[in-house]
Parts: sequence; structure tokens; C-alpha cells
Amino acid sequence: MNDNKTPLAIELRDISKRFGAVQANKDICLQVPTGTIHGIIGENGAGKSTLMSIIYGFYEADTGEIEIGGKKTHIRTSEDAIQAGIGMVHQHFMLVENFTVLENVMLGAEGGALLRQGKDDARLELKRLASEYSLDVDVDAIVEELPVGLQQRVEILKALYRGAKILILDEPTGVLTPQEADHLFVILKSLKEQGVTVLLITHKLREIMASTDNVSVMRQGQMVAHRETKNTDKEELAELMVGKKVRLKVDKDDAKPTGLVLSAKKLSLVDSQGVKRLKDVSFELNAGEIVGIAGVSGNGQSELLNVLSGISSLSSGEIQFAGETITAANPKNASQMRDLKMAHVPEDRHKMGLVTGFEAYEAAILGYHNSSAYNGSILLNRKAMLSECEERMAKWDVRPPNPHLKTANFSGGNQQKIVIAREVEQNPEVLLIGQPTRGVDIGAIENIHEEIVKLRDSGKAILLVSVELDEIMALSDRILVMFDGAVVGELPASDADERTLGLMMANAYNGPLSKTGDKA
Amino acid sequence: MNQAKVPVWVSIALIPFINVMLAFFVSALVILALGEDPIEAAGYLIYGAFGYEEGIGYTLYYATNLIFTGLAVSVAFKAGLFNIGGEGQAYIGGLGVGLVCLWFDSSLPLMVIAPLAIIGGALFGAAWAYIPAYLQARRGSHVVITTIMFNFIASSLMVYLLVNWLKQDGRMSPNSRTFEESAWLPYMHELLAPFGIELSESPLNASFLWALICCVFVWGLIWHTRWGYQLRTLGTNATAAVYAGIDNSKVTIWVMLISGGLAGFVGLNEIMGVNHSLLLNFTAGYGFAGIAVSLMGRNHPVGIIVAAILFGALYQGGSELAFEIPTITPEIVVVIQGLVILFSGALENMLKDRIEGFFIRKSVA
Amino acid sequence: MFETLILILDATMRVSTPLILAALAGLFSERSGIVDIGLEGKILGGAFAAAAAAAVFGSAWIGLIFAMLASIGLALIHGFACITHRGDHIVSGVAINTIVAGLTVTLGLDWFGMGGQTPTLAGDARFLSLTLPFADAVADVPVIGLIYSELLSGHNVLVYLAFACVPLTYWVIYKTRFGLRLRAVGENPHAVDTAGISVAFLRYRAVIICGILCGLAGAYLSTAHNAGFLKDMSAGKGYIALAALIFGKWRPVPVLFACLLFGFLDAVAVRMQGVSLPGIGEIPVQAIEVLPYVLTVLLLAGFIGKAIGPKAVGRPYVKERA
Repeated sequence: MNDNKTPLAIELRDISKRFGAVQANKDICLQVPTGTIHGIIGENGAGKSTLMSIIYGFYEADTGEIEIGGKKTHIRTSEDAIQAGIGMVHQHFMLVENFTVLENVMLGAEGGALLRQGKDDARLELKRLASEYSLDVDVDAIVEELPVGLQQRVEILKALYRGAKILILDEPTGVLTPQEADHLFVILKSLKEQGVTVLLITHKLREIMASTDNVSVMRQGQMVAHRETKNTDKEELAELMVGKKVRLKVDKDDAKPTGLVLSAKKLSLVDSQGVKRLKDVSFELNAGEIVGIAGVSGNGQSELLNVLSGISSLSSGEIQFAGETITAANPKNASQMRDLKMAHVPEDRHKMGLVTGFEAYEAAILGYHNSSAYNGSILLNRKAMLSECEERMAKWDVRPPNPHLKTANFSGGNQQKIVIAREVEQNPEVLLIGQPTRGVDIGAIENIHEEIVKLRDSGKAILLVSVELDEIMALSDRILVMFDGAVVGELPASDADERTLGLMMANAYNGPLSKTGDKA
Repeated sequence: MNQAKVPVWVSIALIPFINVMLAFFVSALVILALGEDPIEAAGYLIYGAFGYEEGIGYTLYYATNLIFTGLAVSVAFKAGLFNIGGEGQAYIGGLGVGLVCLWFDSSLPLMVIAPLAIIGGALFGAAWAYIPAYLQARRGSHVVITTIMFNFIASSLMVYLLVNWLKQDGRMSPNSRTFEESAWLPYMHELLAPFGIELSESPLNASFLWALICCVFVWGLIWHTRWGYQLRTLGTNATAAVYAGIDNSKVTIWVMLISGGLAGFVGLNEIMGVNHSLLLNFTAGYGFAGIAVSLMGRNHPVGIIVAAILFGALYQGGSELAFEIPTITPEIVVVIQGLVILFSGALENMLKDRIEGFFIRKSVA
Repeated sequence: MFETLILILDATMRVSTPLILAALAGLFSERSGIVDIGLEGKILGGAFAAAAAAAVFGSAWIGLIFAMLASIGLALIHGFACITHRGDHIVSGVAINTIVAGLTVTLGLDWFGMGGQTPTLAGDARFLSLTLPFADAVADVPVIGLIYSELLSGHNVLVYLAFACVPLTYWVIYKTRFGLRLRAVGENPHAVDTAGISVAFLRYRAVIICGILCGLAGAYLSTAHNAGFLKDMSAGKGYIALAALIFGKWRPVPVLFACLLFGFLDAVAVRMQGVSLPGIGEIPVQAIEVLPYVLTVLLLAGFIGKAIGPKAVGRPYVKERA
């Protein structure tokens, strides 16, 4: 795949990196020909971002060699990487928000101790880059006032301004609208035509197929395959990505819904910056069914969970649940929602679901700390807390079954079991569950899925949010698709396939399954 | 880093101990630089603090103030708040204690005045913490800066009140009148005499017992009640607190009220126990010293008692030391205090990473 | 009346000088992301070093150099704790203030045996007032003469230096590469790091500048404004400077005006002692004294404008694990 004349843009040999007990990258080899778009694909946590951080000098590899443009290069800092002609567009932009575009681009490449001369030069150079690569942006605009798509353009300009010949983009479309994403790929194509090498990190197969020349697949910290894009297809890549793992299959009978438990009508949420995060979301939830919410992360799923669980208050719309009507004027906070028997397993257990500095038995009452089960008249009833925690640890097979161990010291799967056990054992009417198996080992995944189905079969309503389509399809009885804060599609799980859902998630589906979000 | 492999005694005993030892080591270098023998100095210090009954009394008298302010700082710390305003809260709390004494000393017996003074000190101290707390909770102004500002405001307010309102007529010194004896907290040597325990006279008084009761109260509150649970949740993970339905603003406010109230008890010891009148600057830096005490005591009441006694010993021993070696001032104690804050607080990660790393490697090997 | 006003403004310039220097010091530090409540300690340390060295060497300029060195040393301790070891900025600041409060007295007693003071300075050991050219000649010209000869002339060199530092700071912050990077690192250190610039080195340079300016402020107190070091002579000026920094929203020119305002209040307070105003009566000095603090609290509470500091201030920079 490499002709002999031009050297490779990047060659990695046996790169390994370990963080404590976690082997993030193991013996990675990679060859990227100059002037191509090279995709790196893998699931969340496969080690892609770590590898790119190593190439960009953010971390140093424990072992291995890097060659840039045919020359062995030591990259210890980002400065080394910039020197070697590498630029990176991070998933979370590295911009100074209250600076102008011009100041951001100049930062680190000011062209002298005083700014004036450098500013004039930068202005000219930016004009040239803008016309050459169709990267138009107002250089005097304040960055925080620009839409996300333009901020990303600033990041690309930053790299090009420093003379980057290799551009790394880490999950660049995660935050973009489809139109912005399309424009990004136009830009990348024109970069390629100018001889820039592009390294595209993503977990979206569609983007790989649409834009890359070659693709490398990572799995669990290792590079498992290299393909020319034209000689492969989505199915093969998907299989390589997930490995020999059999398609997720959960043993479950058809749902037997037994009546309405919760109905959401035209829920809207406007955040503190005035951005509409939820747009007229309506749906119904029945006892005895699992409703899955599919969507690219950041399309309103988190906000929906927050609104339903009482963490955020609605801007408009109403939720009917347990005989109460919750509106903007009549809000309920998280502990009031819990009292109504709404349980919530949050998407991020480290940030929200647990206090990692607490011992397990303490973390096991988070949110229910006012319950009479754990309290005497004044003091907490530690004995009751401990014995219940031990009981649950045995039932849920939490390892090690030590209620005094700090929550931080359990593995991801066991932490998640502590959270799910806490919520499920309250015997809720509705369980909101976000990313139930993120960062959870295979064994525990099966276990968690079984418990979710069991809860459904006992007549409870479950709202499942997951970015893993597999999980959504395996568990759900009904699937809603969210895009840009709105529900854009609804279909029974039996009709769902990856293609349909994928198109819906990109808001690009024009088939017979009409948008059902606002039928209520 | 996997903390599981670090033995508990390393993190709760060894590392704090080494940090404090480092502070003492640097203090010894300072004394060496003054041309004196640090070992000899330490000898005088220890003798002064613990060598005779009166010295011990003084040590515990100083420790009483430090327990109050140390507890005040750590209750706030536990909720993730840095209450640097202990000095001002102690000052105003003392005003509360003093006013109770001035109003009731000729009409009520001690058994009634004492609880009223406790309430007065707590209320006034809490009130002085309330405004910064409210502004942090509802308007997002940083409690560190506002409490610093409130220290200065308290100081000016007290000068104003003492000079213009509370000063005795015809006297120059800005003190209130001396309270009647019914508003004096009993000294320990008086308190224990009926039980046949003979102690030398010292300023140590009944407020020391109240300080110990406060330690038990704080310990119970933080680790054994649902309010403490909320406070610790807020202090370690504010997002999780929101998830758990904890009203962060509310917790912030009552935590600061408790913190200010505890600081306010300094007045019990100083105003009601020893000086028996309201006067200027009786807080003498105890509010700031409370930061060192809580850092060294790892925000745990037991640790705070130990740290407060240690600092109390430094205060008392420091006077002895200055007496024996005239080239050393009692201010050397302030230096040591600062070094403890530096090594146990600001530089706590310096050794922690290395020592923990050592134990992790050891357990892996 | 006019003469009184000039005298008050003249006093304002004198008392504002250490505030301006210290507030600009804080500006450099906090713009880089390092909270500095240790301004107070650095001023005090600088004041002691200046007076001690001036007493020993008989030169105010040598005193000035020692003041800056002492203050830089303290700033580096702060940097070592906050930048290298990710320590809490507030705790570190408190530590430095406490250490200096004790150490100045301890060393003072040991060296000079005067209960913690330094010997009274005279002659070349002090910065004396400079008379600007023609000040005497124009003194009799109405209005302008008084302004020139009383208000502008007759200050020591450090006063002029402090005022000159304001445009200089403005220029450094907004017009130089260093300033751009400094502003960036206080807002988003990740952006600076990924641009190939060392966050730590940048912040160390900022705290060193902070040390230099605090040293100047300290030297002013003990070798210009006063004639020697007194225990706790900084008397909260570091905290007022911090308040002025917040009040001036971390920008050089507004910070200057905040310092002048607070200095003015101080000068007025001295004048008002015992003076009864018609219709109002006597205003307690303390009421004027606390105004800077009260105003800052009101500002922080958002009742007068909004104080938004550098976004990354006070947070240790840790490379996040991907």
C-alpha cells in the first residue's frame, strides 16, 4: 500500500503505553502513507485517543518508535510534535474561549516577542489558508461566540498555521450537526489534495467508509487489522471492531406491557447559555417494557435523563407520573422524584452515580440517605446500612464483597453493580438507566442485562439510554431515536436494524416509519 | 494510581507524621540559623509545655481556642468550603458571649448565663459566617475572598463598638467593664478542687470541656448523621450531590453556620474564661491557626485534639523558650505554624505521591 | 478647600503606591492561574529585607534588591507548592503569610535586638522625595502650580515607578507574546500545553514577576514611606490589593483606579478623624476603613457589576488521561 518513492507520513513500531494497571496501548504498529486520509476505528476505550496523544506528544510511549516522514523522531512534548509537522484537533477543543480567532491561532506561534508584526502576518496567512482550503472564519470573532462547527475550523486553522503536514482529528463529528460534519469532510478532502495527511479517529463506520483511503482497527489497546477502505465494508469492520464477541443477544420473551406509567408531553429544556437542549420530546412509558433511546451522544439523551430524574427542571412541557403532573411551574427535585419511585442509574458513575471516596456501604445509600431504613431519630443506622450492603453484594455478586472498601477501588463492573443494585433494590416503578455497561467487563455486562430484563418482567417500566446500538437493540422492546434534542423516530425493536437506526440517528432517514415523537 | 495497595496506616499516620516532622526540621534549621541549639530549644519548649502543672494548664488553655477554630475550619473543609474567616467569626462570636455576660451578670446565676453565652457565641459567630455563606450559595461569590473581607470588617466593627459604645466612661483603654464573677467560667483548678484534685493555677477553664464536647458533636455530625452524609457528599463530589437530591445551597449555608458558630466559641475561653471583659484583638490569630490545626489533624476531631494540644504546647513552650533564650522570640511559634501549613497542606502531595508509589511498587513486586 | 483636596489626593498617591504595586503583582499571578493571597506575606517579607539590608549597607537601592530577592524567594515557594506539586493555592498563601509574619520578627530580634524592629533609616538608606524640575518656580501659579508642586512633585522614586508600572503592565499583558500566553494559561492551560508551550515555566515566570512587584511594594513601605521595619507593617495591604484586583476585574487600568479609590478612602479616613460634618455628624473612621472590603463583597455578590476572574484560576493543571 505504499509506493517506494514518497516516505510514509507516519510509521509506528511497537508502541506500548501503560497507565498503572491498565495497558492502554500494546505493541501498536501503524503505517500511514503521505497524502491520504487514514481512519482509526475502534469502540469506546479501545485506546485510540491514547495512541493519538502519544503521537502528539501529550504522553510519552513506554516503548516503541515513531517515524515521521521516514525519519525517526522523538516526540516528548507537544512542541516536538508541532516541530515534526503534526497538528491535532482534540475532541474537546483546546481553545481559549475569550480570545479572538486570531489570538487563538497565534498562540504558541506568535512570530516574535511583540504581537503587532505577528498579528499582521497571521492575518495574511489566515486569509490565504481560508481561500485555499475553504476554511472561512471571521478572524476577529471571539471564539466562545462562534458555533461549534466554526470553533473546530479554528482548531484546524491553528494546526495548518503551524505548518502541519499531518493532521489528527479525534472524534471530530461527535459535536457537529450533519451539515457541519459534511462540510468538515469537504475540508478534509481538500487538505488531502494539498498533500496533507489526515488521521481520522472515530467509532462511526459511516464516516470511515465515506472519507478514508485506509483504515486501521483497534480493539482493547491493540491494533487488530489494517484494510484499504475500498476493499472492505461496514460489516467486516464492525466485526473486527467488536472481535469474535457473538452479537449481543439477551434471552427475553416479548414484552407484556400492562398499562401507562409515565407520559412525557413536549418536554423542553433551555440551558443556562440559552441553547435548547430538549425540543418538544414526547413519549409514553408502560409497565413491563423497556424503551431504548438511541442516538449519537450529545443529542439530548443526558438532558432527558436529568429532566426525568429531577436533576434539571423543565423549561416547558409536562411529565405525568405517579399521579403527579410535573411542569416548569411545579418542579420536583431529585429526591422528590425518588420518593415517587423513580430510580436513576446515571450515565457517568464516577461523576454522578458514586462518591468514589466513600466506602461501598456509604455509596450504596446515595440519594436514599434520608430513608427511614438507614436512619434512627438522629444518627444514621450503620448496622442496617452494612448488613443491607453485604446482602446486596452477595446477591449481585459484587467482588470483593467488602462493604468497607473504598468505592474507587472496585473495578468498573463492580462499581456499576453497586449503583444498579442501589437503584433496583428500591423497587422503583420506573428505572432510568444510562449507559448501563460503559466500561464494564464482559462477564458483568451479561449479568447487568439479565437484571434489567428481570426488572421488566416484574412489571416495571425501564427507559434505557445507550450509545451502544447493540445494547439498545438487544434489550429494548421499543426504540426512540434522538437527534439534536428531539425524538426523530420511534419503532418497535423487532423492526430495528443497524442501518435504519444509524440513518435515523443522523436524521437522514426518509422511510415509512414516520416521526412519532409528537403524536401524543 | 491504585490506592487499594497503599496500607491505611500509611495514608492516615505515616504521611501526616512525616510532613509535620519536615516542618519541625525546617524550624530547627531556622533556630540553628539564629545561632542557637535546636535540641536545647526543643528541650525548653517541651519542658515549658508539659514539664510542670501550670505549663500543662496553659498548654490546654491555648489548645481550647485551637480546638474551636480547628473544628470550624474542618467542618467547612469537609463540605469543600475554605472558611478562612474563623478569625472574624471568633471575634464577633466573642462579642456575643461578652454581651450576654454584660447583660446578665448581675441578674442571673452562672448556670443560666453559661448556656446563654454558648448560644450567644454560636449565634454571633454563625451570623458572621452567614453572609459569606449566603453569597456563595445564592450568588456564587467565592467564600474564601468574602470571608477574608469579613475578617477586616469584623475587626473595624469591634474597634468601633468598643471605642464608642462598650468602653467604660472615663477610661482610655477600649475595654468593657469587668463582668461580675457570676459570669466567669470556673477555672479547672477551682472546678476540680472539690473532688480532691489539686491543680496549680492556670487559665485553663471549663470551656476546655465544652471544646471536647464539640469534638464529639462534630464527629457524630459528620460521620454518623444524614446531614454529615450530605456534607461529605457535597465536599467530595458536588455533581453526585445534585444527583442525590441534596440541596447544595442549603448545605453550604448550614455548614458555614456551624463553622462560624464553632469559631465563635473562642469567646467562651477568652472573654468569659480568662479576660472577664470584652477587649480588642483577643482572637490573636487563633482563627488562622485553626487552618494549621485542621490540616495537621486531617480534618478529624481526634486529629484536631492532638494537633491543637501540639500547637498549644508550642504557644506555651514558645514563651518558656523566649524566656530561657532571649534571642528567640515567641513568634518562632508562628513560623512553625506556617511551616506546618506549608508542609501538611500546600505541599502535601510532594511526599504523598512518592511514598504511596513506594508502597504500590512494593505490593506489586 | 482646594488645597485640602490637593493634600488628600497627595496622600492618596502615597498610600496607593504599595496597593498598586501589589495589585499588579496579583494581576500577573492570577492572570496565569495562580491565586495569590500571599501578597500580604511577600510585601511584609520585602519590607523587612529592604529595611534590614538598607540598615546594614546604608543604601536604599541595595535594600530594594534584597526586598525583591526575598519576595521572589517566597513567590517561588508558592510556585513550587502550587505549580509543581498541585497544592492548594489558598493554603499555600496562608502558609507564606504566616511564616513571614513570624520570621520577620524572629530574625529582626536576632539581628538588631530591637524587639523585632529594624534601626531607623536615614540619608541614603531611604528613598527620599524628589522635587520635579521647576516645582518651586511654578508653585505660585494658581491651580496648576499647586497641582504640579504639591500633588505631582515631591514623591519618592518608587511612587513614580508604581504609576509607571501600570502602562507597562498593560503593554506586557496585551501587546507581547508573553502577555498573550499569560492570559491564555489562566483561561485554558490545556490550550497552552497543546500549543507546545510549557504551562509550568510560564506560571513560574508569572509568580516571579509577582515577587518582584511585591518586593517593590515592601521596600516602599519600609524604606520610603516609613524609615524602618515595624512588626506587621503591611497591615492588610496585601488583602486590600487583592480586593482592588478583583474590583478592577483583573485589568491593569481599572485596577489602578480601584487602588486609587481605596487609597483615597484611606486618606480621607485619616482626615475625617474627629471631624464633624454638617448635617451628618461625625462619621466613624472605621466606617470608611471598611469600605474597600464592603465594596468588594458587594461586587463579588454581583450587586455592582460582575467580577469574573480568569477561568482556570486556582485549579492545578493536570494532564487528563485520555
